[in-house]
Amino acid sequence: MAIRLAQTMASKATRDAYGEAILQTAAAEPRVVALTGDLRDSVRLEAFAAAYPDRFFECGIAEQNMAGIAAGLAACGKIPFVSSFAAFSPGRCYDQIRVLIAQPRLNVKLVSTHGGITVGEDGMSAQAVEELAMMRALAQMTVIVPADATETAQAVMAAARHDGPVYMRLGRSGVPVLFDETYRFMVGVAPVLRDGTDVAVVACGIMVAEALAAAETLAAEGISTRVLNSATLKPLDEQAILAAARECGALVTAEEHTIYGGLGGAVCEVTAAQHPVPVERVGIADCYGESGTPRALQEKYGLTAAAIAAAARRAVSRKRPR
Amino acid sequence: MAQSAEISALEARAREFRKTILKIITKAGSGHPGGSLSAIDIITALYFHHMRHDPANPAWPDRDRFVMSKGHACPAWYVALAAAGYFDPEHLWTLRALGSLLQGHPDMTRTPGVDMSTGSLGMGFSAAIGMALAGRLDGRSYRVYALLGDGESQEGSIWEAAMFASHYGLDNLTAIVDRNGLQQTGRTEDRLRLDPLADKWRAFQWAVQEIDGHDMARVVTALEQARATRGRPQVIVARTVKGKGVSFVEGVVGFHGKALTPAELERALAELDAAPAGAGR
Repeated sequence: MAIRLAQTMASKATRDAYGEAILQTAAAEPRVVALTGDLRDSVRLEAFAAAYPDRFFECGIAEQNMAGIAAGLAACGKIPFVSSFAAFSPGRCYDQIRVLIAQPRLNVKLVSTHGGITVGEDGMSAQAVEELAMMRALAQMTVIVPADATETAQAVMAAARHDGPVYMRLGRSGVPVLFDETYRFMVGVAPVLRDGTDVAVVACGIMVAEALAAAETLAAEGISTRVLNSATLKPLDEQAILAAARECGALVTAEEHTIYGGLGGAVCEVTAAQHPVPVERVGIADCYGESGTPRALQEKYGLTAAAIAAAARRAVSRKRPR
Repeated sequence: MAQSAEISALEARAREFRKTILKIITKAGSGHPGGSLSAIDIITALYFHHMRHDPANPAWPDRDRFVMSKGHACPAWYVALAAAGYFDPEHLWTLRALGSLLQGHPDMTRTPGVDMSTGSLGMGFSAAIGMALAGRLDGRSYRVYALLGDGESQEGSIWEAAMFASHYGLDNLTAIVDRNGLQQTGRTEDRLRLDPLADKWRAFQWAVQEIDGHDMARVVTALEQARATRGRPQVIVARTVKGKGVSFVEGVVGFHGKALTPAELERALAELDAAPAGAGR
């Protein structure tokens, strides 16, 4: 089924969509509770705290304890949403997530905002560019990176309905609204946003919009480009990715993360094992970020439509003649 | 207040548990005897006198919860759970074996009666707080007990949790610190000083009791006093002896994480058989 893209220039941060969606989710599901560590404003939980003061737990600046508390709440039937900056959760509480949440498969939803380099001016310590690899390495963990506000809203509700631990990475800055209300997010499904036959771009998060722009550029050059929105990094939609590998013969991955262990790593694992094709990974190299505006950082660190288009050309050129 | 006959029965039970703990660890060939023996009197008092629980219905929503934050002492817990009827005691002999119900550290997905998985130190305590919060949110009257190691208290997350519980006035939460004074490689005070430990808890606004953790009557009354406390969480700093009950294991750092040899086990069992229950204090 074709995905209808929103015909709008609107921009909205995925964290803003989270703040609204968690309210709706909480209204529908009384087991939902929320925790944060002195970031209720930044992670957009202020409205939740006001609406559900009994179900909101301020944990102070103590992420290890916060993750452990969430496990205890989940063990007693609650559906805790734990929100901090991605640098701090999972950054500061990895072993609590591993032992108390992932290993016993407890129903905790880790929704972190300020993921990636587009945190911007706060600089590299605040920019989580490796946490998707950490979370993807955990068995029984579902990892989701929504592309826009519409998808975020649906993913929050899907996460609440999903039985088991979820890590969801959201962003600080406004991003284009790609999908209209007809869009349906499903855990583990990577829909084709634009079909193509020469190369396929598998993207997540903010890089989905860049991928769609790159596909336009490439079309003008006669390169037919498929774009997949792989919002679920784990479990990866292997079927969709292998179909793209078979039908297009070359892949590009695009993510706001290092090229190690995130979406690029996941796609290479699947294709190398089951249907090897050239794969070019667009992402952050083996380095950390710095201060700057989100857009300037995207340009400097190669997280743009132009970088994706260049990678697509490389991927196509590496294809074996048929 | 418990009658002396009840205390004697608990002491007799704890003595039998000591023997079983040592036997199953030796059978497994590895495990943590020292910290299991220091904690067993407390666990016995909790499961056979103090806590509200129903082994026939381990998912009873109103059951009191126990979290073993010092997860490596789980043989002491498993022995108590088996005796209480959570599972067939035959499973004790599979401790640490492939496919066993009884893992090297507590696993809530495998072991009936285990409500929280633990292992890495300093984190089970936080999960216990989450359980206490859930109980309060749901208006349930259950209580939550967390057993902490003293060495474990070097983890910063213990103090994050201590701050949180008193801030929220969680009076349905009791922590018991197994203050045996030793950690894997030496005395706690040599590795990273904890004292004045009780004063630290007082500074964190907890209701603090300091007791002899091998004096069964004292353990029982301390738990009762904790339960009667309103408005804040309670901690019992239980002075204990690592390896308590076996002369050549007591206070010996080397028995933190090492099974007794069959010959050592024989001597230990003979000592425990010869000693009157509760005589060790």
